[in-house]
Amino acid sequence: MSHAPTGVIERPTPASPTPKSSLGSRSLPRLAPLGFAVVSVALGIGIPLAAGWHSRIQWGMLSALFFLAISYVVTTIVENQRQARDRLATSVMWVCFLIAVVPLASLLWTTIVRGAERLDGYFLTHSMAGVLGSEHSGGVYHALIGTLEQVGIATVISVPFGLLTAVYLVEYGKGTLAKAVTFFVDVMTGIPSIVAGLFILSIMLIASIEPSGLMGALALAILMVPVVVRSTEEMLKLVPNELREASLALGIPKWRTILKVVLPTAIGGITTGVMLAIARIAGETAPIILLVFGSQLINTNPFEGAQSSLPFYIYEQYRIGEAASYDRAWAAALVLIAFVMILNLVARGIARWKAPKTGR
Amino acid sequence: MAKRIDISGLSAFYGNHKAIEDISMTVEPRSVTAFIGPSGCGKSTFLRTLNRMHEVTPGGRVEGKVLLDDENLYDSNVDPVTVRRTVGMVFQRPNPFPTMSIFDNVAAGLRLNGSYRKSELNDVVEKSLRGANLWNEVKDRLNKPGSGLSGGQQQRLCIARAIAVEPQVLLMDEPCSALDPISTLAIEDLIGELKERFTIVIVTHNMQQAARVSDRTAFFNLAAVGKPGRLIEIDETERIFSNPSVQATEDYISGRFG
Repeated sequence: MSHAPTGVIERPTPASPTPKSSLGSRSLPRLAPLGFAVVSVALGIGIPLAAGWHSRIQWGMLSALFFLAISYVVTTIVENQRQARDRLATSVMWVCFLIAVVPLASLLWTTIVRGAERLDGYFLTHSMAGVLGSEHSGGVYHALIGTLEQVGIATVISVPFGLLTAVYLVEYGKGTLAKAVTFFVDVMTGIPSIVAGLFILSIMLIASIEPSGLMGALALAILMVPVVVRSTEEMLKLVPNELREASLALGIPKWRTILKVVLPTAIGGITTGVMLAIARIAGETAPIILLVFGSQLINTNPFEGAQSSLPFYIYEQYRIGEAASYDRAWAAALVLIAFVMILNLVARGIARWKAPKTGR
Repeated sequence: MAKRIDISGLSAFYGNHKAIEDISMTVEPRSVTAFIGPSGCGKSTFLRTLNRMHEVTPGGRVEGKVLLDDENLYDSNVDPVTVRRTVGMVFQRPNPFPTMSIFDNVAAGLRLNGSYRKSELNDVVEKSLRGANLWNEVKDRLNKPGSGLSGGQQQRLCIARAIAVEPQVLLMDEPCSALDPISTLAIEDLIGELKERFTIVIVTHNMQQAARVSDRTAFFNLAAVGKPGRLIEIDETERIFSNPSVQATEDYISGRFG
């Protein structure tokens, strides 16, 4: 968008005595794309209205096509073919960006507007004990406790495993074993959550274990380990080899080099990866339905008895099908999104705080 | 303190590729020995065999002997970690640890080896920074990150870090190639001071630098691309630069190369 030269715009007039500069050329004003956008949106809405089409999706697609066509044609006429191709590529990127952002913004907006109706201190601090589906009371406290505990246990299990596996792959692993581990980590990344849930369920049935938060956490850990391995591996690979060599050349053993030089250098990225993995498993429903069973009551003990969790709660409230339960489902969805967002902000904070400093 | 290094029949490999072949020489204690030669002739590889850093490279392998005062570095019962504590190294590009302050960078070798007393640490850091001619520039900002220094200061920080563990030999792999002339001068002066205490081996592409700082110079060359590098000759620096005994050395030094 900003490729148009910002310098003096040459406007060759035939009568002008000064010769045209050989480097300058005619160029569109900087705000031209905005004009194209306005014109194409007007056309994209005007033509369908005249023709009597009412689909807003059609309007949007027409506008986008008009935008691409107008910017290409106008730039070809005013500037030249190369600039036009450049403008076309830029326009395609803008259109794709908008297409990607629209559903996201719409989803966030709907959740915030509908969730805010019910979200208050009462909602966060009460369970559904003795609340009928149609009643305008009850809350999400038991599900919040469940999510925090299950995700917490899954994190405690999978972070050490994931971290050590990644360290092995980057710092020690070579040959067949490392290749096999990489392959299986890749395969595990694609495991559907229901399969992880069924795996734990089969163990529970064989060993006759009752559903509990811990069982759900185990399934979540299976889903989380490959994500942690992958992101940690990428971060460790980014640590320059020169730092490892500098440390080894000081006579520092390899394990201390990894612990005190390599891991601290990568810790910001590793934290971000772990937080993203947590965000991924916090929204899993299938293993919770199978393994934690769901409950209306507050159960703070993840090792015994059924629990609930936020995604399960949303599903449960939606199934009741009353106006009040829909409100609770939206509010719980907002809580879940806020939970993931807070985690992301914390991760960014830690990454910035721990990142190698330039100190200038 | 400073030790003599006797190398005999040393060859180094990357996988199946032989990078240097059959090198024998003696590095005198408390002196500066410079390695010169065209790119790719194995000077850096050879330097890295002297503190067993070569084997850190995947596929790196060494044959032959390196005697450090009669102890073979490549004996099966020698721990490479101990070797590297005795033979320190400064790299081509300054590489201070980015997560550590200036103080922690210098203290890293002692701290991470676990063999230090807290009361000593301040003294060692000051002594090493003074030894690297950096103390006056950084004494007011020891807690600032090391990566905030200029390139020349970073390189001197790396030298301070290397000498803080009191090695007996200091290997320098083109320590000035990334630096401007003023920083280069500072490091060359420093090398002159350090040779009172350490045995110094320096790889350089700058022949004036070799002539300025070294007592003895070794010239390396390779027969053709893909062939292993060899030691052509080693002698007093003055002799190498005025009256070398091999024609190839004279050709290289005077710029009539090939």
